[in-house]
Amino acid sequence: MIEQVFRDEWGRVLANLIGFLGDFDLAEEAAQDAFATAAERWPRDGIPDNPGAWLTTTARNRAIDRIRRERVLSTKAHLLVQEEIEDEMPEDTAFTDERLELIFTCCHPALATDAQVALTLRTLGGLTTDQIARAFLVPEPTMAQRLVRAKNKIRVAGIPFRVPPAHLLPERLQAVLAVVYLVFNEGYGGSVELAVEAIRLGRALTDLMPDEAEVRGLLSLMLLHDARRDARVADGELVLLVDQDRALWNESEIEAGRAALDLAIALGGRGPYVLQAAIASLHLEPDVDWPQIAALYAELARVTGSPVVELNRAVAVAEAEGPAAGLALMDALDLPGYHYLDAARADLLRRLGRTDEAHDAYERAHETATAPHELRFLERRLQELEDER
Amino acid sequence: MRYALLIYSNTTDEEWGALSDAERGAIYAEYGAVSQSPAVTSGAQLSAADMATTVRVKDGQTLTTDGPYAETKEVVGGFFIVESDSIDTALELAAKIPAARNGAVEVRPLVEM
Repeated sequence: MIEQVFRDEWGRVLANLIGFLGDFDLAEEAAQDAFATAAERWPRDGIPDNPGAWLTTTARNRAIDRIRRERVLSTKAHLLVQEEIEDEMPEDTAFTDERLELIFTCCHPALATDAQVALTLRTLGGLTTDQIARAFLVPEPTMAQRLVRAKNKIRVAGIPFRVPPAHLLPERLQAVLAVVYLVFNEGYGGSVELAVEAIRLGRALTDLMPDEAEVRGLLSLMLLHDARRDARVADGELVLLVDQDRALWNESEIEAGRAALDLAIALGGRGPYVLQAAIASLHLEPDVDWPQIAALYAELARVTGSPVVELNRAVAVAEAEGPAAGLALMDALDLPGYHYLDAARADLLRRLGRTDEAHDAYERAHETATAPHELRFLERRLQELEDER
Repeated sequence: MRYALLIYSNTTDEEWGALSDAERGAIYAEYGAVSQSPAVTSGAQLSAADMATTVRVKDGQTLTTDGPYAETKEVVGGFFIVESDSIDTALELAAKIPAARNGAVEVRPLVEM
């Protein structure tokens, strides 16, 4: 119970402290102090009515104590003016939620993407450095270094703690959403913890920016993917969507994902995340509407200009109009060494009865693929073709 | 805070010479617009790197050599000093500098004493 409160409040408390103190490290230390005090007192005294306000007030007081102590110790103290702090000390009321300012700071383009990800998980997610390091398979000191460097850059380079002005917002919001989606994908492949955290961040963003269609689109996309988590792997092998056991799909997540998608569309959303969520939703229908999926991929390709999206469109067209139509689109693609293209072409050639060409294409895919389950899949397909001959 | 925008252009003298007067005028106008921005406190174009003179002092002896410190292709061709609350203004101005399109502009915070 207390742990849940901590999890829910950490980002908000820390964001408020950073806004108040203008210093990431001091804010983090003060927040940790306050959470430690709470862990000691709450089991004895009970959880306060407004745990967030309690934690924020306690942390602010700790920070002020710390600043005063340091000022006594050092004549060069340059932090905050004492009077200012006293004036700003809150009574006992609500604190402003500054998580949005914080996430835009953490995902500022002047920081490297891996630093953006680490900082977002540390500050808003409250994950420990060790947890983040393990999730991204890097040594803990490397991750600690990355966080220190990022915080230094925020300070030295003057990366602002604010929601960007309107003319910068679309671009900056894209960066925020990209970080959240990257965390999700990292979690989708392995660490469940990261996927859960990405969805939490996605939910928080929809609360903070309720009118942004792409924010809801991203949440929807993550929920619709996550709903199939348990069905994606059987006996250690990846299961294709068509072969998945629908009984293993998480119905309530699908419902929540579709509700978010409906809201995104109602807000006029036609951006890349909304389109991807719409495609993911169609894939979950009992009768998949391939022409509609192909049309959405066409729109997504126009928005993103991505040849990988074109490949997905070609796959959908093959389902809607037959393998020959899909193959014609794939043959026009320029994606050298992209094994998913070779594998997708191979599948269409196989269905067209062009067995030798299919075999060649599977072999090319096998040469460039690296993931063990993908290699095993391709080997099974090659074996099947050889058996047919 | 103050920031230096260090301008690295990849336009060679030949390429520059091949431009029409109108094209050159348009580029000058872009630089002019940046330098007129209220956030820009100063700036200058540097003459070519081969016009540089490099000074070193070893054991109290001044060594003066003709040419730049580092013989690299990428040299700073000019700079602006920008004063602003945050890095965002500096980044936006950097993106308006013509050299950002064929070279790069490096944004470096100044160390304030």
